Amino acid sequence: MTDRQPTRVAAQQTPLSQPYFDGCNVGELRIQICPGCQHGQFYPRLLCARCGCEELAWQSASGKGKIATYTVVRRALSKAYEAPYVIALVDLDEGVRMMSQVINVNPDTVASGQRVTVCFQQWSEDQAMPVFTLDEQS
Amino acid sequence: MKNPVAIVGWGETALGVVPGVTPLELTVQASLAALKDVGLQRQDVDGLVSCNSLVQPIMYHAEATAEYAGLNPRHCLTVGTGGGTTYTAVRHAAAAIAEGLADTVVVVMADSMRSFMTREQAMVVQASAGHPAYEQPYGPTVPAYYALIARAHMDSFATSEAQFAEAMVSSRAWSALNPRAQYRDRVTVDDVLASRPIADPLKLLDCSIVSDGGAAIVMTSAERAADLCEQPVYLLGFGEGHAYEHVSQAQDLTCSAAVQSGQAAYRQANVGPADIDLAQLYDCFSPALLIQLEDLGFCAKGEGGEFLQSGATQPGGTLPVNTHGGMLSHCHPGNPGALFGLTEAIQQIRGTAEQRQLAKVDRVLLHAQGGIMSSHATLIVGSSQ
Repeated sequence: MTDRQPTRVAAQQTPLSQPYFDGCNVGELRIQICPGCQHGQFYPRLLCARCGCEELAWQSASGKGKIATYTVVRRALSKAYEAPYVIALVDLDEGVRMMSQVINVNPDTVASGQRVTVCFQQWSEDQAMPVFTLDEQS
Repeated sequence: MKNPVAIVGWGETALGVVPGVTPLELTVQASLAALKDVGLQRQDVDGLVSCNSLVQPIMYHAEATAEYAGLNPRHCLTVGTGGGTTYTAVRHAAAAIAEGLADTVVVVMADSMRSFMTREQAMVVQASAGHPAYEQPYGPTVPAYYALIARAHMDSFATSEAQFAEAMVSSRAWSALNPRAQYRDRVTVDDVLASRPIADPLKLLDCSIVSDGGAAIVMTSAERAADLCEQPVYLLGFGEGHAYEHVSQAQDLTCSAAVQSGQAAYRQANVGPADIDLAQLYDCFSPALLIQLEDLGFCAKGEGGEFLQSGATQPGGTLPVNTHGGMLSHCHPGNPGALFGLTEAIQQIRGTAEQRQLAKVDRVLLHAQGGIMSSHATLIVGSSQ
């Protein structure tokens, strides 16, 4: 018998969020756009949280944005996560905010306001998740 | 308040590390201690409001507490969420009394995060406050959520890590005077800055402690209260504010719905920040305390760091904060943490807080929040109506 490998938390998925998670598996960051009021929203919902419209469309986001705020986690959540790792709130250029990780970076060089671009990391056997890398800082 | 209500009794269990006593038993012990304090019997209790245990949840927690203790309440309510719920529960108990659902209500909260869970279990349970699809997978811990807010405050207002560190310095200055506090050694800013990094910019000593323990209060109408005890503690004002649930959805990371809850409570109590003799705030992490000082009007937005540095919150300061030591040093069993802010306020108003006793305590503001600065409740109590 071997010890079971610790696994990272898997995202809870529903039929409603399927376009988002399917998008992650084909390299697209999909967000909901309200055809009524043009409001973009993250996370996916049944209705536009602003105007209440229930006929939402999916749009592929640019995947570009900037760090609104961040932290370097030094004490990991569990053995499945290797500290240090950077958690950030990212403001996408489309005007929505999401939580993610900033990867492939020296944590001590991260700062709020830095430009980032999405990439997708295999999170479990059948699901990729969006994470971000720092752009070349101008 | 219409149909005014008062607190007439308080009780606590052993606090800190209390192995071998289940969360339900702590709940019963705290309830009995509060009844003993006011000199009431178990059969006098006709209302019970309790907070569920995270460690050993019970579907009908208040009913289970009543069953174990041999109480026979005609009104029971179990509340089940985070820290902000504490004063909301007190407000519901007041409403129950005002509506005639019950005459004598015990509000009780206890849990055993320290002894009945490993550190790892406690971390994972608490981190489940994050969104299960769009936050939790990235591995944020609860300190990490608050660190996102701390960083935003540093970016917006040039707040420094040394200023956050003052929260623990103040907490220990008070807990050193409290024999019941779990941690009583005084610390300096340098001690906090040198403590183990947890989630930048927060270190170990920016974080609250993990404890076992429980507290309870007894509430009744203000009219009856005067016959039951020498110094009732009157409920004067209450307010709530709810801006979001998940931190990634916050419209404003540095200004919380404590603004709304505070303003509503001040308005109902007909007082302002300058009238407050003691503030019992929710110090789960140092940035939470700093932002509450701003949002509740004790200093201007962005000046929380300087306010803490001034020593205002410490013994001898102009606004004593958390004279029991708060959740940073006194006791933090999880959801019940804020109820110790109230049991301390009762002692301060009665004049029985021993070495911690303040000279004048007529109006006390209590604030609790849950989630990640998400859900807020403010309570103002006083020595007179």
